[in-house]
Amino acid sequence: MPELRYFEAVQRALAEEMARDERVFILGEDVGLVGGTFRATEGLMAEFGARRVRDTPIAEAAIIGVAIGAAMTGLRPVAELMTLNFGIVAMDQIINHASKARYMFGGQVNLPMVIRAAAGGGTQKGAQHSHSIESWFVNAPGLRVALPSTPYDLKGLLKTAIRCEDPVLFIEHEMLYNSKGEVPDEEYLLPFGVADVKRPGRDVTIVAWSKMVHEALKAAEALAHEGIEAEVIDPRTLNPLDMDTILASVLRTRRAVIAEEGWRKVGVGAEISSQIQEALFYELEAPVQRVAAADVPTPYASNLEKLALPDAQRIVDAVLKITL
Amino acid sequence: MTIAAADQLTMYRKMVLIRRFEEGVAEAYADGFIGGFTHLYIGQEAVATGAISALNHDDYVIGTYRVHAHALCRDTPPRALMAELYGRSTGICKGKGGSMHFFDASRYMLGGYGIVGGNLPIGVGAALSMHMQQQDRVVMNFFGDGASNQGVFHEALNMAKLWNLGVIFVCENNFYGIGTDVRTSSAFNEIHKKAQGYGIPGHVVNGMDVLAVREKCEELVKFSRQGGGPVLLEARCYRYQGHSMTDAGKYRSVAEAELWRKRDPIPRLAKSMLEQGIVDRAKLDEIQAEANATVEDAMRYAEASPRPAPGALYEDLYVENCGA
Repeated sequence: MPELRYFEAVQRALAEEMARDERVFILGEDVGLVGGTFRATEGLMAEFGARRVRDTPIAEAAIIGVAIGAAMTGLRPVAELMTLNFGIVAMDQIINHASKARYMFGGQVNLPMVIRAAAGGGTQKGAQHSHSIESWFVNAPGLRVALPSTPYDLKGLLKTAIRCEDPVLFIEHEMLYNSKGEVPDEEYLLPFGVADVKRPGRDVTIVAWSKMVHEALKAAEALAHEGIEAEVIDPRTLNPLDMDTILASVLRTRRAVIAEEGWRKVGVGAEISSQIQEALFYELEAPVQRVAAADVPTPYASNLEKLALPDAQRIVDAVLKITL
Repeated sequence: MTIAAADQLTMYRKMVLIRRFEEGVAEAYADGFIGGFTHLYIGQEAVATGAISALNHDDYVIGTYRVHAHALCRDTPPRALMAELYGRSTGICKGKGGSMHFFDASRYMLGGYGIVGGNLPIGVGAALSMHMQQQDRVVMNFFGDGASNQGVFHEALNMAKLWNLGVIFVCENNFYGIGTDVRTSSAFNEIHKKAQGYGIPGHVVNGMDVLAVREKCEELVKFSRQGGGPVLLEARCYRYQGHSMTDAGKYRSVAEAELWRKRDPIPRLAKSMLEQGIVDRAKLDEIQAEANATVEDAMRYAEASPRPAPGALYEDLYVENCGA
């Protein structure tokens, strides 16, 4: 099976869907001529023209607003926010408009739109360019949220997102863009709300998404040397969230660790942990553990940044705390 | 340009209906049938009536939280609108939207929005959609004087002109953003001239004169439809009531309000039509009686309509589960 890098999987998914459906178009900052800051839209303007690969001004709120209006009137926009940090400028359009429109208008209109954005820290980009704020968006009903961890998942999930009739926030991790993985040439779609077991295990369940899946897999490898078999579950989408797979796993392992790159306080981990204890309180051998970012703005200095962001070692420590 | 007698009569009927509708809303609000924020349009009838009457039925209209009149101008049945205000399942948005969120997909009414300026980029998106689908349908994008100081106003104007889209921005300048006088909130008060900064033609019209509004809008709609790009019209008008039902409007002087009431658009058109011999007194009385009966019927219908079933709580949020 051919190998693709994560950013190439974005290109492939977009190209396939644009070729398949005339209504799909791309808009965003530097998506056209430049081909995207992370090369994710490279070559698409040459293939599909400036009409369908549309460079925009630096005006994030209007980019999302325009996507909403286009989605309401027959097109299927894929808006790129360059990075999710800039998405904060567009929060009103994303939360107050995109996520609510269908419900508050009594189901009269669908918003088949995708918002793509790069996120995550670990590259010394400082406090305003190192966000993992998926919890903010998962908190809002009406918005689908996907966070692929591999090129394979990315392509299949992005194609599903583009065909979805609901607004989808598609969060790509900056540090994964150059990662490689097998991606078949033939068409495939991955459903939302179906978790993927990235590594089976019997002793503890580690739930992780986006880049933290790779940290969790490293942790599982290290734990295996200690005789602890960790199961790593990647929900792949946080809305919808496949709690069934997570709960079935925890029911077997009786121990759970949630690993996320976002801030710990009121994070997605808090939600998943809460759901686990509500469903399986009497089955648990130990309290559910959360591994997350320190509750500080991401610092620039490399040693402090490393302290702030969770990693494989932190996951190992959390697992050892509840298995020894 | 002269406006056909039949059109004048239609606009008169519409303005009388809007006023009576809003009076009925005020009564129902006082009686506890309507809750939340309710923004009345009394005094401003000539703007929506004149402007929307210049559109084709399949052009788009998008508005603000003061949107009752715009939906009536699109011919959404008063019953469906009143039922929405009463929070009933027979409402245009099944009782889920309320006063600020009238939306009527079948009549190309793209909604009312509660965040000042929030609709502006969405309207631009609808215009981009028409442009990309090679249709010459235009978008009439309403906003108030207060919105002209919002960031998205400038973002929306910039994009509309950049892509030369068919958007008619209609500013309903009633001189007050809730209680703040436009002269104390906008560094530059000639709102129509703000368009010039984006190379967009800006016009001003007496928003208390429905014939003047209609005539100006016919010209602007034609210009935009024929590829002239976006235009901005500032219609100067006055709301007789407070900003919403909970605002007594004490920040305005009695003398100022009286001055504007003397310019009332309804008697103005009545007088003009009497002079032109289009109607007689009896006809005017008949039109008023029709409006009274229509609103009475709408209120009875709304009151008799069922509230949404509890099961409706989770309906209309998502179209599908994205493959799950």
